[in-house]
Amino acid sequence: MAWPNSAGLTAEELGVILLSLRVALVSVICSLPLAILIAYVLARTRFPGKILIDALIHLPLVLPPVVVGFALLVLFGKHGPIGSWLDEWFGIVFAFRWTGAALASAIMGFPLMVRAIRLSIDGVDQRLETAAKTLGGSRAWVFASITLPLALPGIITGVLLSFARGLGEFGATITFVSNIPGETETLPLAIYALTQTPGGDAQALRLSVIAVVLSVMALVTSEWLTARTARAKTDDRR
Amino acid sequence: MIDVDLEQQVGSFVLRACFTADAPVVGLFGRSGAGKSTLVNAIAGVTRPSRGHVRVGDVTLFDSAQGIDLSPQERRVGYVFQDPLLFPHLTVEGNLHYGHRLRTEPIRFIEPLHVIDVLGLAALLDRKPGALSGGEKQRVAIGRALLAQPRILLLDEPLASLDVTRRMEILDYIERLRDEFHIPIVYVSHSVAEITRLADTLVVLSAGQCVASGDVDAVMGRLDLKPPAGRYETGAVIEATVTAHDLDFDLTTLGFDGGVLTVPGLNAFVGERVRARIRARDVSLAVQKPTGLSILNVLAGRVTAIREETGPVVDVQIAVGEALLTARITRRSRVQLGIHVEQELYALVKAVSFDHRSTGYA
Repeated sequence: MAWPNSAGLTAEELGVILLSLRVALVSVICSLPLAILIAYVLARTRFPGKILIDALIHLPLVLPPVVVGFALLVLFGKHGPIGSWLDEWFGIVFAFRWTGAALASAIMGFPLMVRAIRLSIDGVDQRLETAAKTLGGSRAWVFASITLPLALPGIITGVLLSFARGLGEFGATITFVSNIPGETETLPLAIYALTQTPGGDAQALRLSVIAVVLSVMALVTSEWLTARTARAKTDDRR
Repeated sequence: MIDVDLEQQVGSFVLRACFTADAPVVGLFGRSGAGKSTLVNAIAGVTRPSRGHVRVGDVTLFDSAQGIDLSPQERRVGYVFQDPLLFPHLTVEGNLHYGHRLRTEPIRFIEPLHVIDVLGLAALLDRKPGALSGGEKQRVAIGRALLAQPRILLLDEPLASLDVTRRMEILDYIERLRDEFHIPIVYVSHSVAEITRLADTLVVLSAGQCVASGDVDAVMGRLDLKPPAGRYETGAVIEATVTAHDLDFDLTTLGFDGGVLTVPGLNAFVGERVRARIRARDVSLAVQKPTGLSILNVLAGRVTAIREETGPVVDVQIAVGEALLTARITRRSRVQLGIHVEQELYALVKAVSFDHRSTGYA
C-alpha cells in the first residue's frame, strides 16, 4: 500500500484517475470529427439506407454493453479481422491495452455525441447556409464558417455526454480489455474490483467520491462553456 | 441586361417565366403565390429549373440546352432575402466582409468603405445582428450582398419585414444604391407603390407566368393588368418634372406633357424628375370643364379604352398628353354621362390623394 500524497491520494488511486481521464479524453477527441461528419450528413442529406446508418449508430445505446464489448473482442481482438489487419499494417493494438478501453468508451459514447450534435445542426437555419453560398462560400467553407460555430453549444453538450459516458464505461471495457491494473483499470473497474475484495469498501467509497467530483466538474465546465458561446452568439448589447 | 427564360415545377405549381430587361432597376411584380420567390431562387441558383436560361450581361448563369449550371457561389448574384438572414455569430463588420473576403482581386470593384458610407453603417460595425433594428439589419444584408461583388442585385421583398416608416428609409437607401453603384437591380415586390417609385422596367408575374413586361408607365397604365395588380391598386404612373414649390400652402407643382399636377409639398429640387402614381379610384371624370371645385388637378384628355364589366364599376383609360390615366367610375355614371371611346373630357384628381408613398424620384 503506497503512502497518501499531498492531495490525500495514493499513487495507485492517482494512476487510476489519470488513466480514466486519458481514456475518456482520447475517446472523445478521436470520435469528435467523425461524429460531426455523421451528424451533418444525417441532418442535412437524404439518401436511401439513411435509417440503417441511424440505427447502427444508436445500437450501443440499446444493446447490453457486454454484447458491444464482446463484438469488439471478436472484431478488434488479436486474431479478429480488423484487429489483426490494424496490427499488421499500422502496429495498432487494441486488445488488452488502454487504447482498447478508449475504443470501447468511444463507441458507447458515440450515439450520445451524434444525437446532440445532430440536434443542434438541425437547429441552424439552412437559409443562413444558402445566403453564405450566394456570397461565394463553398460547401466546405460554409460548413466551417457558419454551420459549425452556430452548432457549437450542441457540440459541447455532445462532447460532455460522451466524456461522462467514457468515465463511467464498465461493461464493454471489462469484456473487451479485461481489468489490468495500470493498463486498463479505469475508475469503475477499480471500484468494482475493490468491492469484490474483503476490506476494500473504504477505498471503493473514496474512489466513488472522486468519480462524483470528476463528473460534476465536467458538467459545470460544459454548462459554463455552453452559456458562454450562447451569450457570444446572441449578444444583444454587443 | 438580364435575360431570363425559365420553367420549373414545384409541387403542383408551374413557373414559366420569360422576360428580358435592360434597365437600372427591373421591378418584378406579383401577388403572393405568383411565383416571385421561385423565380428569384432559380436566378440565384438556389433551386434548379427544369429548362431554360438565365443570362446577366454577357455571362450565362444557367442554360439547360448548353448544360451550363453555375453554382450559387459562382453566379455572383447579390441575393437579399425577405428576412435579412445575417450571420448571428458575426459582428456587422464580419457579416459585411463575409463575401468580400471570398472574392479575389480581379473581380473586386466595390469597396467596403464606399458601401459603409452609402448605407450609413459606420456606427454599427462592431455590433452583433441581435442588437440591430429591422431596418438596420436589412441595410447590413444589402451591404453584405454588394460586397460579394455581384453581377446583379436581387432584392426579394426587402421591406416585407419592416414597419412603414422603416420602409421609406430603406427605399431611400436603395435609390442611393442605384445611383452610386452601377449594378442592375431586380426589385421583387407585391407593392405598386414601391415598384413604381424604384423601377424603370416592370415585369408582372401572375400564377407563374409573366403576363406583362415593359416600361413602368406603359405597363401600369394597361387596363388588362387589373387582376394580377389587384382591384385596389390599379392606377397609372406619370413621370413629371418639379416646376415650382408653393411654400405658403406647402404644395408642389409638377409639369408633364399632359399638363400640370399639384401635389402636397415634395422634398425635391425644382427641375428634378419625379414619378407620381395616380390610383384609378382617385380619378373622377367630367364631360365639361368644371368650375367652383375644390379639386386642384383638372386635366384635359381623351378616352382611349373602356373596360366594361357587369359589376358596378368600369375602368376608363384616358390619354393625357403622352401619359395614360385610368379612372374607376361607376357603370351608372358612364351610362348617364354617355362616356365613349375617343370622347374628349376632363380627368379630376384631388391633390390630397397623392400621399408620400405615391411620389418619388424618377
